Amino acid sequence: MIRRVLILFLALSLPVGQAGAQLTVQILKGMAESVPIAIVPLAWDGAGPAPWDVAATVQADLERSGRFRPLPRTQIVELPHAASDVDAADWRMLKVDYVLVGRLASAAGGRYDLRYELVSVASGERLLGTSVPVDARALKRASHRVSDAVYEKILGVRGAFATRIAYVAVDGPVTKRNFRLIVSDADGANEHVVFASPDPIMSPAWSPDGRSLAYVSFHSGLSAIYVQTLSTGSQVQVSARSGINGAPSFSPDGRQLALALSRRDGNVDVYVLTLATQELQRLTEDPAIDTEPAWALDGRSIYFTSDRAGAPQVYGVGLEAGARARRVTFEGGYNARPRVSPDGRTLAVVTLDRGAYRIGVVDTERGALQVLSGGQLDESPSIAPNGADILYTSRVGGRDTLAIVSSDGRVQQKIAASSGELREPAWSPFLN
Amino acid sequence: MRALPFLLILTGILMLAGCGKKAATVPDSPGTTVEQGAGAGTGPGEGQIGEGRDLPGASGSATGAGPAGVGTVIYFDFDRSDIRPEYASLIGSHAKHLAGATGVAIRVEGHTDERGSREYNIALAERRAQAVRRALMLQGAGDAQLTTVSYGEERPAAAGSDEAAYEKNRRVELVYGR
Repeated sequence: MIRRVLILFLALSLPVGQAGAQLTVQILKGMAESVPIAIVPLAWDGAGPAPWDVAATVQADLERSGRFRPLPRTQIVELPHAASDVDAADWRMLKVDYVLVGRLASAAGGRYDLRYELVSVASGERLLGTSVPVDARALKRASHRVSDAVYEKILGVRGAFATRIAYVAVDGPVTKRNFRLIVSDADGANEHVVFASPDPIMSPAWSPDGRSLAYVSFHSGLSAIYVQTLSTGSQVQVSARSGINGAPSFSPDGRQLALALSRRDGNVDVYVLTLATQELQRLTEDPAIDTEPAWALDGRSIYFTSDRAGAPQVYGVGLEAGARARRVTFEGGYNARPRVSPDGRTLAVVTLDRGAYRIGVVDTERGALQVLSGGQLDESPSIAPNGADILYTSRVGGRDTLAIVSSDGRVQQKIAASSGELREPAWSPFLN
Repeated sequence: MRALPFLLILTGILMLAGCGKKAATVPDSPGTTVEQGAGAGTGPGEGQIGEGRDLPGASGSATGAGPAGVGTVIYFDFDRSDIRPEYASLIGSHAKHLAGATGVAIRVEGHTDERGSREYNIALAERRAQAVRRALMLQGAGDAQLTTVSYGEERPAAAGSDEAAYEKNRRVELVYGR
């Protein structure tokens, strides 16, 4: 394993009035076998300076992933812009395996034409050749999509650079805190405050179409669950029942919300709420704590945390009437807050590992547990839609910050805010 | 409500235990706000402690006063929601006060320390708040006088990631004048 520290300042000139926490991504551990690649600055066909440095965004994305080792731009002397101009022998001497070249051109109606090609240095073969029309405001997102395509072509896994993350930012002293629910691009840039309150905001969860967030807010004085549409900001209260209203999780079809309620008797159980009709189905009925539901991929069963056997462990239960819960985690004295991987084979959990709360992955069939993170108080794992990385909260120096670990534990990244604390990250689904 | 007979017995035991010695409570009042100005030089983890905060309607309210000289915070052991014997007289005093003033309403606010997952802690804090609510009702407080709310680890009384902070955060606060 190589150890290196690369600091990329990613919050690029945020408009005043937006979140402005300035997130910094730091690679703590990259892969020894990271792929050497050259991202050649794109040619620009148009008047004035280029409207966006596509290559710089792609370079930052690939570098931040820990899976690639992009050649520093200062070492790029040849500037081919088409695959046919790439001289494999020259790039072989620079010890890169792949070269990305391209051209951005202004097109009719204030749009742009983005062309890019990926070349294998070993074979000289052109692996990607794409031309896409891009709106003026979408150049950055289009750049992330180039990163996604390169990542997928070389690693065989769809990239998740053109996705977003939601998280809760907290600042102020313990007696006077400010809570903000924020959505940003996956690289931390382009932050928007979705909701702000002096009372706690918790447990953001994406709808499967990536257009809404469900979350818990205490701004009424009691806990309630809201669903907010991101494009319009419209906020709908979906559960404000007596007792706790917590841990919302959208069903795969987006029509239902699993949640934790305590109702009048104070017994916390998992329920399923049909959003259109407000019909409520009780899924667990146990005097123990049952909470933190997460849907299985087929939408027919739900994983949840329960302390019915003493300490918190993860269980699964079918939605059909009379279904009995089965225990899923057995290793370790504490396993909680499951999140299901995109292939359904593993759950990311918070696990107690030698006195420390860490992020682990559990095999849903065999129950085998692998601890991935190394902090003392790591929590709230959220799996990237491609399954490659897990975003979570880590307490460092008395402050909650975000961190990422690859699903195999080989890459670790830290995301820090310039101020305040960041917690409860939720990675969006793939966005169209 | 099958836990009721057990709780009645437990409460009796707790009250007996409480008679022998003075309850050791940490002085606290819901009206106290310890302001720590932002940038006061004590970063998180350096032991900032706030022992209470103003809640909407908490101060100056007509129904704002609890029994004089009685603490309003009940502390708990790690991952536990059973009320320690030392709090029997504190809870008894509040229950008697509420029974004698049926127009008074309080919030029973449950909290945990920061360890473990956040929603599990919401559930654990709910369990603590419910334990206190039941104890208050068993001694005469009316159901309609009590609103429970669980904040989990979201509203710590003390900053810091050590046992000193944790034991101040595992608590239920009784807040008059909800």
